Amino acid sequence: MKRSPVFLITVLCFGFAFLYIPILSMIVYSFNASRLATVWGGFSTKWYVSLLSNKQVMDALILSLKIALVSATFATILGTMAGIALARFRKFKGRVMFSGLVTAPLIMPEVITGISSLIFFILMAEWIGWPGQRGFTTITLAHITFSMVFVTTIVQARMVQADRAIEEAAMDLGSRPWQVLFDVTLPVISPAILSGWLLAFTISLDDVVITTFTTGPGATTLPLLIWSKVKLGVTPDINALATLMVVTVGLGVILAGIILNRAEARRLADERMAYRSND
Amino acid sequence: MTDSPRTKYMDRRGWSDIIIGAPYVWLVIFFLLPFLIVVAMSVATKTATAPPFSFGGEHPLINLQAYQRIFTDDLYLRAFLTSLANAAVAMILCLLLGYPMALALTRVSRGWRNILLMLVILPFWTSFLLRVYAWMGLMGRNSWFNGMLTDAWNFLVPVDWAVRSIPMMNTNFAVILVMVYTYLPFMILPLYASLERLDPTLDEAAMDLGSRPSQVFRDVTLPQSVPGIVAGGMLVFIPAAGELVIPTLVGNAADPMIGRVISDEFATARDWPMASAVAVALLVLMVIPTMIYTHFQGRAEGSK
Repeated sequence: MKRSPVFLITVLCFGFAFLYIPILSMIVYSFNASRLATVWGGFSTKWYVSLLSNKQVMDALILSLKIALVSATFATILGTMAGIALARFRKFKGRVMFSGLVTAPLIMPEVITGISSLIFFILMAEWIGWPGQRGFTTITLAHITFSMVFVTTIVQARMVQADRAIEEAAMDLGSRPWQVLFDVTLPVISPAILSGWLLAFTISLDDVVITTFTTGPGATTLPLLIWSKVKLGVTPDINALATLMVVTVGLGVILAGIILNRAEARRLADERMAYRSND
Repeated sequence: MTDSPRTKYMDRRGWSDIIIGAPYVWLVIFFLLPFLIVVAMSVATKTATAPPFSFGGEHPLINLQAYQRIFTDDLYLRAFLTSLANAAVAMILCLLLGYPMALALTRVSRGWRNILLMLVILPFWTSFLLRVYAWMGLMGRNSWFNGMLTDAWNFLVPVDWAVRSIPMMNTNFAVILVMVYTYLPFMILPLYASLERLDPTLDEAAMDLGSRPSQVFRDVTLPQSVPGIVAGGMLVFIPAAGELVIPTLVGNAADPMIGRVISDEFATARDWPMASAVAVALLVLMVIPTMIYTHFQGRAEGSK
Protein backbone atom coordinates (compact mmCIF):
# COMPACT_ATOMS: atom_id res chain seq x y z
CA MET A 1 0.00 0.00 0.00
CA LYS A 2 1.23 3.46 -0.88
CA ARG A 3 1.77 5.40 2.32
CA SER A 4 1.14 8.88 0.96
CA PRO A 5 -1.09 8.75 -2.10
CA VAL A 6 -0.85 11.68 -4.49
CA PHE A 7 -4.52 12.49 -4.05
CA LEU A 8 -4.24 13.08 -0.29
CA ILE A 9 -1.17 15.29 -0.63
CA THR A 10 -2.88 17.31 -3.37
CA VAL A 11 -5.93 17.93 -1.20
CA LEU A 12 -3.65 18.83 1.71
CA CYS A 13 -1.86 21.45 -0.37
CA PHE A 14 -5.15 22.81 -1.69
CA GLY A 15 -6.55 22.94 1.86
CA PHE A 16 -3.62 24.89 3.21
CA ALA A 17 -3.75 27.25 0.24
CA PHE A 18 -7.43 27.77 1.02
CA LEU A 19 -6.64 28.47 4.69
CA TYR A 20 -3.77 30.87 4.12
CA ILE A 21 -4.23 32.67 0.78
CA PRO A 22 -6.93 35.06 2.08
CA ILE A 23 -4.73 36.10 5.02
CA LEU A 24 -1.63 36.44 2.84
CA SER A 25 -3.57 38.50 0.33
CA MET A 26 -4.78 40.77 3.14
CA ILE A 27 -1.21 41.22 4.37
CA VAL A 28 0.06 42.06 0.88
CA TYR A 29 -2.71 44.61 0.31
CA SER A 30 -1.99 46.31 3.63
CA PHE A 31 1.16 47.64 1.91
CA ASN A 32 -0.91 49.00 -0.95
CA ALA A 33 -0.36 52.67 -1.70
CA SER A 34 -3.75 53.01 -3.36
CA ARG A 35 -6.78 54.15 -1.42
CA LEU A 36 -8.82 51.56 -3.31
CA ALA A 37 -8.34 48.53 -1.14
CA THR A 38 -8.46 45.94 -3.91
CA VAL A 39 -6.50 47.64 -6.70
CA TRP A 40 -2.71 47.56 -6.42
CA GLY A 41 -1.11 50.99 -6.57
CA GLY A 42 2.47 50.41 -5.48
CA PHE A 43 4.21 49.65 -2.18
CA SER A 44 3.70 51.88 0.82
CA THR A 45 3.72 51.69 4.60
CA LYS A 46 1.63 54.82 5.06
CA TRP A 47 -1.38 52.94 6.46
CA TYR A 48 0.73 51.64 9.30
CA VAL A 49 2.01 55.11 10.08
CA SER A 50 -1.48 56.61 10.11
CA LEU A 51 -2.68 53.67 12.21
CA LEU A 52 -0.15 54.26 14.97
CA SER A 53 -1.15 57.90 15.25
CA ASN A 54 -4.86 57.07 15.31
CA LYS A 55 -6.01 57.76 18.86
CA GLN A 56 -9.35 56.00 18.38
CA VAL A 57 -7.61 52.75 17.43
CA MET A 58 -5.09 53.00 20.25
CA ASP A 59 -7.79 53.68 22.87
CA ALA A 60 -9.82 50.73 21.61
CA LEU A 61 -6.75 48.52 21.68
CA ILE A 62 -5.96 49.49 25.28
CA LEU A 63 -9.55 48.88 26.40
CA SER A 64 -9.55 45.47 24.66
CA LEU A 65 -6.27 44.48 26.30
CA LYS A 66 -7.53 45.54 29.74
CA ILE A 67 -10.75 43.56 29.36
CA ALA A 68 -8.87 40.55 28.00
CA LEU A 69 -6.33 40.60 30.86
CA VAL A 70 -8.93 40.85 33.62
CA SER A 71 -11.43 38.45 32.08
CA ALA A 72 -8.81 35.83 31.13
CA THR A 73 -7.42 35.85 34.67
CA PHE A 74 -10.79 35.39 36.36
CA ALA A 75 -11.90 32.91 33.71
CA THR A 76 -8.75 30.88 34.34
CA ILE A 77 -9.28 30.80 38.12
CA LEU A 78 -12.95 29.83 37.86
CA GLY A 79 -12.44 27.53 34.89
CA THR A 80 -9.57 25.70 36.59
CA MET A 81 -11.67 25.19 39.71
CA ALA A 82 -14.48 23.75 37.62
CA GLY A 83 -12.04 21.51 35.74
CA ILE A 84 -10.55 20.17 38.97
CA ALA A 85 -14.04 19.66 40.41
CA LEU A 86 -15.21 17.67 37.39
CA ALA A 87 -12.05 15.57 37.17
CA ARG A 88 -11.47 14.83 40.86
CA PHE A 89 -14.81 14.96 42.64
CA ARG A 90 -16.66 11.90 41.44
CA LYS A 91 -19.93 12.52 43.14
CA PHE A 92 -21.34 15.71 44.49
CA LYS A 93 -24.77 17.18 44.74
CA GLY A 94 -25.78 18.74 41.44
CA ARG A 95 -22.90 17.25 39.43
CA VAL A 96 -25.14 16.58 36.43
CA MET A 97 -26.36 20.16 36.38
CA PHE A 98 -22.83 21.43 36.96
CA SER A 99 -21.42 19.57 33.98
CA GLY A 100 -24.41 20.76 31.96
CA LEU A 101 -23.69 24.35 32.96
CA VAL A 102 -20.06 23.92 31.92
CA THR A 103 -20.97 22.46 28.50
CA ALA A 104 -23.93 24.69 27.63
CA PRO A 105 -22.00 27.93 26.96
CA LEU A 106 -19.82 25.99 24.48
CA ILE A 107 -22.76 25.15 22.23
CA MET A 108 -24.93 28.18 22.93
CA PRO A 109 -25.00 30.43 19.83
CA GLU A 110 -23.25 33.69 20.66
CA VAL A 111 -26.26 35.79 19.67
CA ILE A 112 -28.32 34.10 22.37
CA THR A 113 -25.61 34.45 25.02
CA GLY A 114 -25.29 38.10 24.05
CA ILE A 115 -28.99 38.88 24.17
CA SER A 116 -29.58 37.01 27.42
CA SER A 117 -26.65 38.82 29.07
CA LEU A 118 -27.98 42.18 27.89
CA ILE A 119 -31.53 41.50 29.09
CA PHE A 120 -30.07 40.28 32.38
CA PHE A 121 -27.98 43.44 32.87
CA ILE A 122 -30.86 45.74 31.90
CA LEU A 123 -33.27 44.02 34.28
CA MET A 124 -30.71 43.95 37.10
CA ALA A 125 -30.18 47.68 36.68
CA GLU A 126 -33.97 48.07 36.84
CA TRP A 127 -34.45 45.85 39.88
CA ILE A 128 -31.38 46.34 42.09
CA GLY A 129 -29.74 49.37 40.53
CA TRP A 130 -26.70 47.45 39.37
CA PRO A 131 -24.91 47.69 36.93
CA GLY A 132 -25.46 51.44 36.77
CA GLN A 133 -23.91 51.75 33.33
CA ARG A 134 -22.90 49.14 30.82
CA GLY A 135 -19.30 49.15 29.67
CA PHE A 136 -16.05 47.72 30.97
CA THR A 137 -17.65 45.80 33.86
CA THR A 138 -20.50 44.22 31.94
CA ILE A 139 -18.27 43.25 28.99
CA THR A 140 -15.73 41.71 31.38
CA LEU A 141 -18.40 39.76 33.29
CA ALA A 142 -19.83 38.37 30.05
CA HIS A 143 -16.37 37.46 28.76
CA ILE A 144 -15.44 35.65 31.98
CA THR A 145 -18.62 33.62 31.78
CA PHE A 146 -18.23 32.33 28.26
CA SER A 147 -14.47 31.90 28.22
CA MET A 148 -14.16 30.07 31.57
CA VAL A 149 -15.78 26.95 30.14
CA PHE A 150 -13.02 26.71 27.52
CA VAL A 151 -10.45 26.75 30.33
CA THR A 152 -12.46 24.05 32.10
CA THR A 153 -12.40 21.82 29.01
CA ILE A 154 -8.61 22.11 28.70
CA VAL A 155 -7.88 21.68 32.43
CA GLN A 156 -10.29 18.77 32.80
CA ALA A 157 -8.67 16.93 29.89
CA ARG A 158 -5.23 17.41 31.47
CA MET A 159 -6.42 16.35 34.93
CA VAL A 160 -7.83 13.10 33.56
CA GLN A 161 -4.44 12.28 32.00
CA ALA A 162 -2.43 13.33 35.06
CA ASP A 163 -1.07 10.55 37.24
CA ARG A 164 -3.15 10.39 40.38
CA ALA A 165 -0.55 8.29 42.13
CA ILE A 166 1.60 11.39 42.70
CA GLU A 167 -1.26 13.14 44.50
CA GLU A 168 -1.93 10.02 46.55
CA ALA A 169 1.75 9.73 47.43
CA ALA A 170 1.79 13.34 48.66
CA MET A 171 -1.32 12.57 50.71
CA ASP A 172 0.29 9.45 52.20
CA LEU A 173 3.38 11.45 53.08
CA GLY A 174 1.19 13.72 55.18
CA SER A 175 0.45 16.70 52.97
CA ARG A 176 -2.72 18.56 53.70
CA PRO A 177 -5.26 18.85 50.86
CA TRP A 178 -4.36 22.45 50.04
CA GLN A 179 -0.66 21.50 50.01
CA VAL A 180 -1.40 18.71 47.56
CA LEU A 181 -3.27 21.19 45.40
CA PHE A 182 -0.56 23.86 45.37
CA ASP A 183 2.53 21.61 45.45
CA VAL A 184 1.42 18.75 43.21
CA THR A 185 -1.79 19.22 41.26
CA LEU A 186 -1.37 22.80 40.05
CA PRO A 187 2.27 22.38 38.93
CA VAL A 188 1.33 19.20 37.02
CA ILE A 189 -1.53 20.90 35.18
CA SER A 190 0.26 24.26 34.81
CA PRO A 191 0.75 23.91 31.01
CA ALA A 192 -3.02 23.36 30.67
CA ILE A 193 -3.72 26.37 32.88
CA LEU A 194 -1.38 28.50 30.78
CA SER A 195 -2.97 27.43 27.50
CA GLY A 196 -6.37 27.96 29.09
CA TRP A 197 -5.40 31.51 30.01
CA LEU A 198 -4.06 32.16 26.50
CA LEU A 199 -7.25 30.81 24.95
CA ALA A 200 -9.46 32.89 27.27
CA PHE A 201 -7.32 35.94 26.48
CA THR A 202 -7.60 35.54 22.71
CA ILE A 203 -11.32 34.72 22.89
CA SER A 204 -11.92 37.91 24.83
CA LEU A 205 -9.65 39.97 22.60
CA ASP A 206 -11.48 38.72 19.52
CA ASP A 207 -15.11 38.72 20.58
CA VAL A 208 -17.58 40.83 18.61
CA VAL A 209 -21.05 39.41 19.13
CA ILE A 210 -21.26 39.20 22.91
CA THR A 211 -19.41 42.50 23.25
CA THR A 212 -21.88 44.30 20.94
CA PHE A 213 -24.69 43.34 23.26
CA THR A 214 -22.98 44.00 26.60
CA THR A 215 -21.18 47.23 25.74
CA GLY A 216 -22.37 50.67 26.69
CA PRO A 217 -21.70 54.28 25.72
CA GLY A 218 -18.03 55.02 25.25
CA ALA A 219 -16.78 51.45 25.65
CA THR A 220 -15.52 50.61 22.17
CA THR A 221 -13.22 47.62 22.06
CA LEU A 222 -10.95 47.02 19.08
CA PRO A 223 -13.18 44.32 17.53
CA LEU A 224 -16.20 46.63 17.90
CA LEU A 225 -14.30 49.41 16.16
CA ILE A 226 -13.24 47.06 13.36
CA TRP A 227 -16.77 45.64 13.16
CA SER A 228 -18.31 49.08 12.66
CA LYS A 229 -15.77 49.94 9.94
CA VAL A 230 -15.78 46.59 8.20
CA LYS A 231 -19.55 46.68 7.76
CA LEU A 232 -18.94 49.57 5.38
CA GLY A 233 -16.41 47.68 3.25
CA VAL A 234 -12.73 46.88 2.77
CA THR A 235 -10.25 49.67 3.50
CA PRO A 236 -6.43 49.67 3.46
CA ASP A 237 -6.06 50.91 7.06
CA ILE A 238 -8.12 47.98 8.31
CA ASN A 239 -5.87 45.73 6.24
CA ALA A 240 -2.87 47.18 8.08
CA LEU A 241 -4.54 46.80 11.48
CA ALA A 242 -5.59 43.24 10.66
CA THR A 243 -2.06 42.40 9.53
CA LEU A 244 -0.58 43.68 12.79
CA MET A 245 -3.09 41.68 14.84
CA VAL A 246 -2.78 38.46 12.85
CA VAL A 247 1.02 38.59 12.81
CA THR A 248 1.27 39.42 16.54
CA VAL A 249 -1.11 36.66 17.59
CA GLY A 250 0.44 34.20 15.14
CA LEU A 251 3.96 34.78 16.43
CA GLY A 252 2.70 34.69 20.03
CA VAL A 253 0.99 31.35 19.53
CA ILE A 254 4.00 29.82 17.78
CA LEU A 255 6.29 31.06 20.58
CA ALA A 256 3.94 29.82 23.30
CA GLY A 257 3.67 26.48 21.50
CA ILE A 258 7.45 26.08 21.42
CA ILE A 259 7.83 27.04 25.10
CA LEU A 260 5.02 24.73 26.22
CA ASN A 261 6.44 21.86 24.16
CA ARG A 262 9.88 22.35 25.74
CA ALA A 263 8.41 22.54 29.25
CA GLU A 264 6.37 19.41 28.65
CA ALA A 265 9.39 17.53 27.29
CA ARG A 266 11.47 18.59 30.31
CA ARG A 267 8.70 17.56 32.71
CA LEU A 268 8.43 14.13 31.07
CA ALA A 269 12.19 13.72 31.25
CA ASP A 270 12.17 14.69 34.94
CA GLU A 271 9.38 12.23 35.60
CA ARG A 272 11.32 9.44 33.88
CA MET A 273 14.44 10.36 35.86
CA ALA A 274 12.47 10.29 39.10
CA TYR A 275 11.08 6.85 38.36
CA ARG A 276 14.46 5.51 37.31
CA SER A 277 16.23 6.70 40.46
CA ASN A 278 13.56 4.89 42.46
CA ASP A 279 14.39 1.50 40.94
CA MET B 1 -12.86 2.97 38.19
CA THR B 2 -13.03 2.52 41.94
CA ASP B 3 -12.07 5.16 44.44
CA SER B 4 -10.02 4.12 47.40
CA PRO B 5 -10.68 6.48 50.32
CA ARG B 6 -7.36 8.24 49.96
CA THR B 7 -7.85 9.13 46.26
CA LYS B 8 -10.53 11.56 47.32
CA TYR B 9 -7.80 13.71 48.75
CA MET B 10 -9.61 16.97 48.38
CA ASP B 11 -13.04 15.59 48.99
CA ARG B 12 -13.59 17.24 52.31
CA ARG B 13 -16.28 19.61 53.30
CA GLY B 14 -15.28 23.25 53.18
CA TRP B 15 -12.44 22.61 50.81
CA SER B 16 -14.39 20.99 48.01
CA ASP B 17 -17.26 23.39 48.61
CA ILE B 18 -15.12 26.31 47.48
CA ILE B 19 -13.71 24.57 44.42
CA ILE B 20 -17.11 23.41 43.24
CA GLY B 21 -19.10 26.31 44.63
CA ALA B 22 -17.34 29.31 43.12
CA PRO B 23 -17.67 28.32 39.44
CA TYR B 24 -21.08 26.82 40.12
CA VAL B 25 -22.52 30.00 41.63
CA TRP B 26 -20.88 32.10 38.91
CA LEU B 27 -22.43 30.06 36.09
CA VAL B 28 -25.83 30.02 37.78
CA ILE B 29 -25.87 33.80 38.15
CA PHE B 30 -24.30 34.86 34.87
CA PHE B 31 -25.35 32.05 32.56
CA LEU B 32 -28.35 30.10 33.83
CA LEU B 33 -30.28 33.03 35.26
CA PRO B 34 -29.99 35.19 32.09
CA PHE B 35 -31.01 32.18 30.04
CA LEU B 36 -34.07 31.51 32.20
CA ILE B 37 -35.00 35.17 31.87
CA VAL B 38 -34.91 34.74 28.08
CA VAL B 39 -37.15 31.67 28.30
CA ALA B 40 -39.61 33.61 30.47
CA MET B 41 -39.34 36.61 28.15
CA SER B 42 -40.43 34.47 25.19
CA VAL B 43 -43.93 34.16 26.66
CA ALA B 44 -44.20 37.81 27.75
CA THR B 45 -46.12 40.47 25.83
CA LYS B 46 -44.42 43.24 23.90
CA THR B 47 -45.30 46.70 25.17
CA ALA B 48 -44.26 50.25 24.38
CA THR B 49 -42.81 50.78 27.88
CA ALA B 50 -39.16 50.56 28.93
CA PRO B 51 -38.13 47.77 29.31
CA PRO B 52 -40.49 46.79 26.50
CA PHE B 53 -42.37 43.81 27.91
CA SER B 54 -44.97 42.91 30.48
CA PHE B 55 -46.38 39.86 32.18
CA GLY B 56 -50.05 39.73 33.06
CA GLY B 57 -51.94 42.97 33.54
CA GLU B 58 -54.34 43.31 30.67
CA HIS B 59 -52.31 40.70 28.74
CA PRO B 60 -52.38 36.95 29.29
CA LEU B 61 -49.72 35.86 31.79
CA ILE B 62 -48.35 33.37 29.31
CA ASN B 63 -48.54 34.79 25.82
CA LEU B 64 -47.73 32.29 23.10
CA GLN B 65 -48.15 34.81 20.31
CA ALA B 66 -44.44 34.96 19.55
CA TYR B 67 -44.23 31.20 19.08
CA GLN B 68 -47.36 31.32 16.94
CA ARG B 69 -45.69 33.87 14.71
CA ILE B 70 -42.64 31.65 14.23
CA PHE B 71 -44.84 29.04 12.60
CA THR B 72 -47.10 31.39 10.66
CA ASP B 73 -44.84 34.25 9.57
CA ASP B 74 -42.89 33.34 6.47
CA LEU B 75 -39.87 35.40 7.58
CA TYR B 76 -39.00 33.14 10.50
CA LEU B 77 -39.53 29.82 8.71
CA ARG B 78 -37.42 31.03 5.78
CA ALA B 79 -34.67 32.23 8.12
CA PHE B 80 -34.61 28.89 9.92
CA LEU B 81 -34.47 26.97 6.65
CA THR B 82 -31.73 29.23 5.25
CA SER B 83 -29.67 28.78 8.42
CA LEU B 84 -30.05 25.02 8.54
CA ALA B 85 -29.36 24.65 4.81
CA ASN B 86 -26.27 26.91 4.92
CA ALA B 87 -24.93 25.15 8.01
CA ALA B 88 -25.57 21.69 6.51
CA VAL B 89 -23.87 22.53 3.20
CA ALA B 90 -20.92 24.12 5.02
CA MET B 91 -20.64 21.02 7.23
CA ILE B 92 -20.63 18.65 4.25
CA LEU B 93 -18.06 20.73 2.35
CA CYS B 94 -15.87 20.90 5.48
CA LEU B 95 -16.08 17.12 5.72
CA LEU B 96 -15.24 16.58 2.03
CA LEU B 97 -12.22 18.88 2.28
CA GLY B 98 -11.25 18.12 5.88
CA TYR B 99 -11.34 14.32 5.71
CA PRO B 100 -8.62 13.90 3.08
CA MET B 101 -6.58 16.60 4.84
CA ALA B 102 -6.84 14.82 8.18
CA LEU B 103 -6.01 11.49 6.55
CA ALA B 104 -3.01 13.04 4.80
CA LEU B 105 -1.83 14.45 8.14
CA THR B 106 -1.66 10.93 9.56
CA ARG B 107 0.49 9.80 6.62
CA VAL B 108 3.22 12.45 6.60
CA SER B 109 6.43 12.19 8.60
CA ARG B 110 6.40 13.13 12.28
CA GLY B 111 8.32 16.37 11.83
CA TRP B 112 6.06 17.59 9.06
CA ARG B 113 3.01 16.49 10.98
CA ASN B 114 3.74 18.79 13.94
CA ILE B 115 4.32 21.76 11.67
CA LEU B 116 1.19 21.11 9.61
CA LEU B 117 -0.96 20.57 12.72
CA MET B 118 0.29 23.87 14.03
CA LEU B 119 -0.76 25.45 10.72
CA VAL B 120 -4.24 23.94 11.10
CA ILE B 121 -4.60 25.27 14.66
CA LEU B 122 -3.07 28.70 14.03
CA PRO B 123 -6.11 30.28 12.27
CA PHE B 124 -8.21 29.19 15.25
CA TRP B 125 -6.21 31.58 17.44
CA THR B 126 -6.27 34.51 15.06
CA SER B 127 -9.21 36.83 14.93
CA PHE B 128 -12.41 35.32 13.58
CA LEU B 129 -13.64 38.73 12.49
CA LEU B 130 -10.45 39.38 10.55
CA ARG B 131 -10.58 36.01 8.84
CA VAL B 132 -14.07 36.87 7.59
CA TYR B 133 -12.77 40.28 6.60
CA ALA B 134 -9.93 38.71 4.60
CA TRP B 135 -12.52 37.07 2.35
CA MET B 136 -14.32 40.36 1.83
CA GLY B 137 -11.12 41.56 0.20
CA LEU B 138 -10.95 38.49 -2.04
CA MET B 139 -14.57 38.40 -3.12
CA GLY B 140 -15.04 42.06 -4.06
CA ARG B 141 -15.68 42.89 -7.71
CA ASN B 142 -12.25 44.39 -8.41
CA SER B 143 -10.10 41.94 -6.49
CA TRP B 144 -7.43 39.78 -8.11
CA PHE B 145 -9.21 36.65 -6.90
CA ASN B 146 -12.54 37.62 -8.43
CA GLY B 147 -10.69 38.64 -11.60
CA MET B 148 -9.00 35.23 -11.78
CA LEU B 149 -12.28 33.37 -11.31
CA THR B 150 -13.98 35.62 -13.87
CA ASP B 151 -11.26 34.89 -16.43
CA ALA B 152 -11.57 31.17 -15.77
CA TRP B 153 -15.36 31.36 -16.12
CA ASN B 154 -15.19 33.37 -19.34
CA PHE B 155 -12.66 30.93 -20.76
CA LEU B 156 -14.81 27.89 -19.98
CA VAL B 157 -18.31 29.02 -20.95
CA PRO B 158 -19.75 30.17 -24.29
CA VAL B 159 -19.17 33.83 -25.18
CA ASP B 160 -22.81 34.74 -24.50
CA TRP B 161 -22.42 33.85 -20.82
CA ALA B 162 -19.32 35.95 -20.30
CA VAL B 163 -19.42 38.26 -17.26
CA ARG B 164 -17.36 41.27 -16.18
CA SER B 165 -17.03 40.00 -12.64
CA ILE B 166 -18.59 37.23 -10.60
CA PRO B 167 -21.12 38.52 -8.06
CA MET B 168 -19.92 36.78 -4.89
CA MET B 169 -20.40 39.28 -2.10
CA ASN B 170 -23.79 39.38 -0.37
CA THR B 171 -24.87 35.93 -1.50
CA ASN B 172 -25.55 32.68 0.29
CA PHE B 173 -22.61 31.26 -1.65
CA ALA B 174 -20.32 33.75 0.10
CA VAL B 175 -21.76 32.81 3.49
CA ILE B 176 -21.12 29.11 2.88
CA LEU B 177 -17.64 29.71 1.48
CA VAL B 178 -16.56 31.80 4.47
CA MET B 179 -18.15 29.34 6.90
CA VAL B 180 -16.17 26.48 5.35
CA TYR B 181 -13.07 28.63 5.62
CA THR B 182 -13.54 29.64 9.27
CA TYR B 183 -14.81 26.28 10.54
CA LEU B 184 -12.52 23.93 8.60
CA PRO B 185 -10.04 23.54 11.52
CA PHE B 186 -12.92 22.43 13.76
CA MET B 187 -13.55 19.58 11.31
CA ILE B 188 -9.93 18.59 10.73
CA LEU B 189 -8.86 18.32 14.38
CA PRO B 190 -11.41 15.75 15.66
CA LEU B 191 -11.05 13.80 12.39
CA TYR B 192 -7.30 13.76 12.80
CA ALA B 193 -7.65 12.69 16.44
CA SER B 194 -9.80 9.71 15.52
CA LEU B 195 -7.79 8.74 12.41
CA GLU B 196 -4.49 8.97 14.23
CA ARG B 197 -5.56 6.33 16.74
CA LEU B 198 -6.33 3.75 14.05
CA ASP B 199 -4.14 0.73 14.05
CA PRO B 200 -2.22 0.62 10.71
CA THR B 201 -1.91 -3.18 10.98
CA LEU B 202 -5.68 -3.38 10.36
CA ASP B 203 -5.13 -1.75 6.97
CA GLU B 204 -2.34 -4.21 6.23
CA ALA B 205 -4.47 -7.14 7.33
CA ALA B 206 -7.26 -6.02 5.00
CA MET B 207 -4.74 -5.62 2.16
CA ASP B 208 -3.31 -9.07 2.83
CA LEU B 209 -6.81 -10.48 2.69
CA GLY B 210 -7.13 -9.03 -0.81
CA SER B 211 -8.91 -5.68 -0.35
CA ARG B 212 -8.11 -2.92 -2.78
CA PRO B 213 -7.15 0.48 -1.28
CA SER B 214 -10.64 1.89 -1.93
CA GLN B 215 -12.17 -1.13 -0.17
CA VAL B 216 -9.79 -0.77 2.75
CA PHE B 217 -10.91 2.84 3.08
CA ARG B 218 -14.60 1.96 2.85
CA ASP B 219 -14.53 -1.11 5.10
CA VAL B 220 -11.78 -0.32 7.62
CA THR B 221 -10.84 3.35 7.83
CA LEU B 222 -14.21 5.05 7.30
CA PRO B 223 -16.29 3.06 9.83
CA GLN B 224 -13.68 3.56 12.52
CA SER B 225 -13.57 7.30 12.01
CA VAL B 226 -17.32 7.82 12.48
CA PRO B 227 -16.90 9.36 15.98
CA GLY B 228 -14.50 11.92 14.50
CA ILE B 229 -16.91 12.66 11.65
CA VAL B 230 -19.80 13.17 14.06
CA ALA B 231 -17.74 15.35 16.44
CA GLY B 232 -16.37 17.47 13.60
CA GLY B 233 -19.81 17.76 12.02
CA MET B 234 -21.28 19.03 15.29
CA LEU B 235 -18.47 21.51 15.84
CA VAL B 236 -19.15 22.98 12.41
CA PHE B 237 -22.93 22.72 12.22
CA ILE B 238 -23.87 24.21 15.59
CA PRO B 239 -21.94 27.48 15.46
CA ALA B 240 -22.66 27.80 11.72
CA ALA B 241 -26.44 27.60 12.22
CA GLY B 242 -26.41 30.41 14.78
CA GLU B 243 -23.81 32.51 12.97
CA LEU B 244 -24.24 36.29 13.06
CA VAL B 245 -20.95 37.83 11.95
CA ILE B 246 -20.54 36.03 8.61
CA PRO B 247 -24.07 36.64 7.22
CA THR B 248 -23.93 40.26 8.37
CA LEU B 249 -20.67 40.93 6.54
CA VAL B 250 -20.88 38.82 3.39
CA GLY B 251 -24.48 37.55 3.34
CA ASN B 252 -27.60 38.55 1.51
CA ALA B 253 -29.65 40.90 3.72
CA ALA B 254 -32.84 39.98 1.84
CA ASP B 255 -32.44 36.34 2.85
CA PRO B 256 -31.28 36.58 6.47
CA MET B 257 -30.07 33.77 8.69
CA ILE B 258 -31.66 33.20 12.07
CA GLY B 259 -28.90 34.88 14.11
CA ARG B 260 -29.50 38.09 12.17
CA VAL B 261 -33.26 37.80 12.74
CA ILE B 262 -32.81 37.44 16.50
CA SER B 263 -30.46 40.40 16.63
CA ASP B 264 -32.74 42.58 14.48
CA GLU B 265 -35.89 41.70 16.42
CA PHE B 266 -34.10 42.66 19.58
CA ALA B 267 -32.20 45.78 18.58
CA THR B 268 -34.18 47.24 15.68
CA ALA B 269 -37.77 46.13 16.30
CA ARG B 270 -37.30 46.22 20.10
CA ASP B 271 -39.50 43.14 20.30
CA TRP B 272 -37.86 41.29 23.19
CA PRO B 273 -40.47 38.52 23.44
CA MET B 274 -40.15 37.75 19.71
CA ALA B 275 -36.32 37.75 19.82
CA SER B 276 -36.46 35.46 22.87
CA ALA B 277 -38.93 33.07 21.28
CA VAL B 278 -36.80 32.74 18.14
CA ALA B 279 -33.73 32.20 20.36
CA VAL B 280 -35.50 29.44 22.31
CA ALA B 281 -36.64 27.81 19.05
CA LEU B 282 -33.07 27.90 17.72
CA LEU B 283 -31.80 26.29 20.91
CA VAL B 284 -34.37 23.51 20.64
CA LEU B 285 -33.12 22.89 17.11
CA MET B 286 -29.53 22.80 18.43
CA VAL B 287 -30.40 20.35 21.19
CA ILE B 288 -31.47 17.68 18.69
CA PRO B 289 -28.06 17.31 16.99
CA THR B 290 -26.39 17.55 20.40
CA MET B 291 -28.43 14.62 21.64
CA ILE B 292 -27.53 12.61 18.54
CA TYR B 293 -23.91 13.45 19.28
CA THR B 294 -23.98 12.36 22.93
CA HIS B 295 -25.78 9.21 21.81
CA PHE B 296 -22.96 8.42 19.37
CA GLN B 297 -20.32 9.31 21.88
CA GLY B 298 -21.91 7.15 24.55
CA ARG B 299 -21.99 4.24 22.10
CA ALA B 300 -18.39 4.78 21.07
CA GLU B 301 -17.25 4.81 24.69
CA GLY B 302 -19.39 1.78 25.47
CA SER B 303 -17.73 -0.25 22.73
CA LYS B 304 -14.22 0.36 24.07
